Parts: sequence; structure tokens; C-alpha cells
Amino acid sequence: MSLDFNDETFRGDFTYRNSARAIKRFPFPFPEDSYMYSVNMEPHVPGPVGSVFEHMFDVDEHYVSEMRDRAQVLADDPLRCQSLPHMELAGWDLLELIMESKARDYPHWFSLHRDGNQWHWINRPLQIEQRFTFMDASTLPCGPMEYITRQTQGDFTLQDQRDDDLWIEAGMVTTQADWSLDFDIGMSFKQWHAPVPLAHQAGIFDRALKFLLKLQHGAPVRRFNWTMTVDPLLDTSPENYPKWGPSKTTMTPETVGRRQHLRVELQTLHRLPRSNAIAFPIRCYLISFQDLVTVPKWARRMHRVVRDIPDELATYKGFIRNKALMLDYLAPFDDGLPTSPGFAPE
Amino acid sequence: MSVGAPKIPVVVAEVIEVNALIKRFRFVRRDGLAMPVFSGGAHVVVEMDDHGTRRMNPYSLMSAPGDTSGYEISVRRDEAGRGGSLYMHNHVRAGMEMVLSQPVNLFPLDARAKKHLLIAGGIGITPFVAQMAQLEAMGGRFELHYSVRSPALGAYVDHLRGRYGARVHVYHDAFDEKIDLANLLKTQPLGTHVYVCGPKGMIAWVHATARAMGWPDRAVHSEEFLAPPVGLAFDVSLAASGKTITVQPNQSLLEAIEAAGVDAPYLCRGGACGQCETDVLRCEGHIEHNDHWLSDDQKASHTKIMPCVSRFRGAGLVLDR
Repeated sequence: MSLDFNDETFRGDFTYRNSARAIKRFPFPFPEDSYMYSVNMEPHVPGPVGSVFEHMFDVDEHYVSEMRDRAQVLADDPLRCQSLPHMELAGWDLLELIMESKARDYPHWFSLHRDGNQWHWINRPLQIEQRFTFMDASTLPCGPMEYITRQTQGDFTLQDQRDDDLWIEAGMVTTQADWSLDFDIGMSFKQWHAPVPLAHQAGIFDRALKFLLKLQHGAPVRRFNWTMTVDPLLDTSPENYPKWGPSKTTMTPETVGRRQHLRVELQTLHRLPRSNAIAFPIRCYLISFQDLVTVPKWARRMHRVVRDIPDELATYKGFIRNKALMLDYLAPFDDGLPTSPGFAPE
Repeated sequence: MSVGAPKIPVVVAEVIEVNALIKRFRFVRRDGLAMPVFSGGAHVVVEMDDHGTRRMNPYSLMSAPGDTSGYEISVRRDEAGRGGSLYMHNHVRAGMEMVLSQPVNLFPLDARAKKHLLIAGGIGITPFVAQMAQLEAMGGRFELHYSVRSPALGAYVDHLRGRYGARVHVYHDAFDEKIDLANLLKTQPLGTHVYVCGPKGMIAWVHATARAMGWPDRAVHSEEFLAPPVGLAFDVSLAASGKTITVQPNQSLLEAIEAAGVDAPYLCRGGACGQCETDVLRCEGHIEHNDHWLSDDQKASHTKIMPCVSRFRGAGLVLDR
């Protein structure tokens, strides 16, 4: 593996690590000292150089190992990638969006040559070279969505738009915060969000759906979501809950700093041009508590967020059992000083 | 400003007189980039500088959705309208620079349909021209039933017949030919979706006939953009921006808001999409609701207005804008 990418695991011995650079650019998701649901969407425009917002699709030091982990999840459970028959066009839209973005943003790693519908794709980190006919799935080893998302960090869902609603009808989901594509596929926007507590009553989903139905091609948006994960496990799926659920019961005061991870999702939404569908990449970033507290503002704020979060949310996010353990670890890093507004370190 | 997508700077490449009422315009980019691909049924908003009056009219794209070399629209001359179509007909020439919005699709094909039954009246043919090109490229099954006044006014009939053969059925009012809708709907395979674009009466007829025959509403799709109606001038106060403006007789409220330098959201500019919905803070008088968006209750309450097509008569109107 090249110097650009870590050789690490997200299972078994969990050798996943963030470099000093990765910690510095970690997308800490809390702009203030408390947390509640909101339609926290903003335009997905390029951010500062080096940040996770610099490019349309962030490629970081975990790329190659994450793709290896995805291949393993799919080998064990092929239903993590599904596309209903009418969604293939949206899959081509997504393939084009990702290939064009990566070839433009990371020309040293990715190249795309187009000659009409004859395309030539080179992915150097994964040592892939592919010539294929755009819009002819028989010229790829698998469907277009599966092909490109086996080479792109983050989960992906594709939503068809019809009848003033969005329908989740294709996806590649192997790094999810405890939800199942196989269970949700075919559902409408409010059906697949039904388990979320409190937000429905606040009208969050009415406003979010109304906004998304009008999302325009060329004007993608983004938001954060977050949860907590014990050990740097990407595949926290309901399908595998018996394997990873018990890990919550074995954390101790001695291991919480190393094992407890803040899990942040950078979610972006893109209108796709040919299919009029919406692509929803959900990119997962993991940081251990012991790395997180190296940034004083993040340490203070993380303590306050966990301390003050409503029990319904701590339960839904799956960490209420270890809340006290987490607070005991974080409290010494909170000296009570005020924090500045916004995401950035002081 | 509509949700932040960048606008497309274009030059008019070609103006073709299709018949006595319709002209076709082809636009290519000024910056040398490729046009975005789009989905059949999408429209763009064309910005016009009509001798100092800024007009922004939506037109369906009729070029092939995968063709990134240029966009084409057709404009029907509307003598009684506010002037957008007359400006396009009388003043737009090849070589002129104009600005288009990004395409937006409020009339998409249902990708699950086993067959697409397209019903067009007059200038309502334009979104179907793009949709048929897309369906043909993807091997989709479709059939067009196209009603026109006379052979002379049958825009694109020869082109479409040449391309799609027996899948194109044309009906002439001049010869008393009429679409046999009941029989047509009765003989469709399961999984067919119906699309209608044309005059208001035709859209209502297709919906009512299909519903009476037991077709699910969700299998019948229509698009009707309203042209903003003309009316009497009226004054409006914009509370958030602290301005009072006058809406001229041939100007829409949305256009007047924009002319005052106030940024307001929009997509369709035809009363259909809901994007420009605005809260009414005070209303002393009567709002002429011309949109398809607000519910009857909302309209009666006078607490919301769609400034793209609706107008006002009375002593005072204050908007949260």
C-alpha cells in the first residue's frame, strides 16, 4: 500500500488509527455546546484546503482499507447493495458524478477519459483500470452504482422522486449507523425516517422533504449527523447486531478513551440530471475519545453535549448504557470555560 | 434567486420559424463548456431584458436530454400575454446573449412505467419531444397522441412521424378528429402511465376520464404552467426588506419583487411548484390566487401568496419578504 493510505482494519484487531493530520481535519459536528435535531443543511460548496469539504467527495488516508472492508461485508452479505430495476439510470448518473469529480479533484489518483460513450477509468490507489461503454451495464463487472461505490468511501442511497415524495430504491450500505437497506428499500421519505424520535413532532421531516423535492442539479447541499460507536467498526448494521452489540457491555474506565468513538456522518445530497433522482452519500468518519480530547474545545463541548442530551436521543443513538462512563472520561477535560461558536478549534 | 444553482450564460445560435405561431430557439454556451444533461420533461427559465423590464419565463426543453451541445425550446406567440413570448418572437435574434437557469424537472417520467402514454395538445408537445428522445435511447415503450388545430399548425408532426413512425398519432381539429380517450385508456397494458400537457381543458378532461374509469391518480401526470395573468397595478409592502413596491399591470408580483433588488426563491414561475410561497403579514383587500399550489383553505385564509402568478386588489398588502 502506498504512503498515502493506511493499512488498517475495522474489525477483529481494529488497527484503524487517525494520523495527526486526520485528527486536525476531523469534521467535528457540533457548532455549539448542546445538540438537537434541525434541518441543518447548507450548500455543499468547496471548503478550506485540506478540510473534508475541500472536494465534492473526500478521499482520505483510510480509503484503501475502507474499500477492502466494504468488499468483505459484501462477500458476507450481498444484500447490502441493491438497486430496483428502474434505478439503473440513476446509477449511471452517480457513476458519472463520482468519476468526473474524483478525476478533477485528485488527478494523481484517478483519471477519466471520455470518447463519446467509450469511457476509460483509472483508479490508481485500488489498481483498477476499466474501459467500458457508458449506459451499457454489460460492459462493467457489475451494475454502475455497485461498480463506482465499491471504489468510493461512504454509504450511498439513491432516491427516486415521484408523487411529491422520495423513495429509497437503490443503495450501497456497509458503513451504516444501525439501519438496514434491505429493510428500508422501497420506503417513502417519512417511512424510512419513522424510527427517529422527537424530530417528526418538530416538523423537521415536513420541511426537509419540501426542501429536497426542490433540490436542483448543480446545487448540492450537505449536513452532519452523528452517533457513538464502540471500537472503530464501520459495519454497525442491524444484520450483524449480535456480533457488535455486546461490545457496548465490555467497555471499562481504562478502555473508554481508546474504544469509544464519535461517529460523524457527512451527508450530502445531489440532484442527478438524467434520472431526476437524488443521490445521498453518507460518509462516515470515526475518532476515538482519546484523540478527540487532544483538541481542548472539542473536549469541553463533547462533555457538555453528552451531559445534556435528552435520554430519548441517547437511547436512539445507542449510547445511553455507557453515558456515565463517557462522562467520567470527558469531565476532567471540561474546565467550564466558554467555547467559541462554530466547528473550528479555538 | 432559485436555490443557488449557477445560471448558464448562452448565445442564441438559431431562430427557426416553425409555423405561423411558433418559433424554435437554440442556445449554446458562451463559456465553451458542455450544457448539463437533463431529464425529459425539464424546463429552463429564460431571462429577458425587454427594454428595461426583466422577464423570466419558463419553457420546456425539447432537445435530446443527452445532447450537451445546446438546448432548444419552442415559444408560441401569445398576443394577449404580458409580453414574454412577444419579446422572444419579435426581438430575439441569432447571436444575442441571454441567460438560462439550470434545468428543473417538474414533469418527469415515472421510471417504473411499463408503457408511457403521452397526450399532447398544441404547444404542449415540447416536453414530450425530449421525453421521447430519452425513451427511445433507453428502449422505453411509448405512444404519442397529439392534437393540433390544422396540418399547418401541427408543429414537429413530420419530424416525429419520421422518427417514431406508427407510435405517433395526430388529430386535427380542422377535420373534426378527436382523441378517442375512453377507448385508448381501456386498451392500455397494466403498468401504463399517462402524461398530458396542453390546454387547461384537455388536462382536466384526461384526469376526469381516467379517474372515472378507475385509473389510479398516481398513474396520470400533467403539467400546466400558468402564464402570470395581467391585471391592475397594486402596491405591496415588503416587511423583511423594508420596501414598498408597485406591481405594474403587465408585471408579476415576483418580477416586481426582483426588480426592487429583493432576492426571492422560485423554480417554475407558473404557480405549480410551491417554491415561491410567501407569508402574508397583513391583507386589507382581496388576493387573486391564480396558483395550483395552495389549498382552498389556505387561499381563503389570505395568509399565503404565490407571487409568481397571484395578484392583489385592495388597500394594503404586507408580505414577509
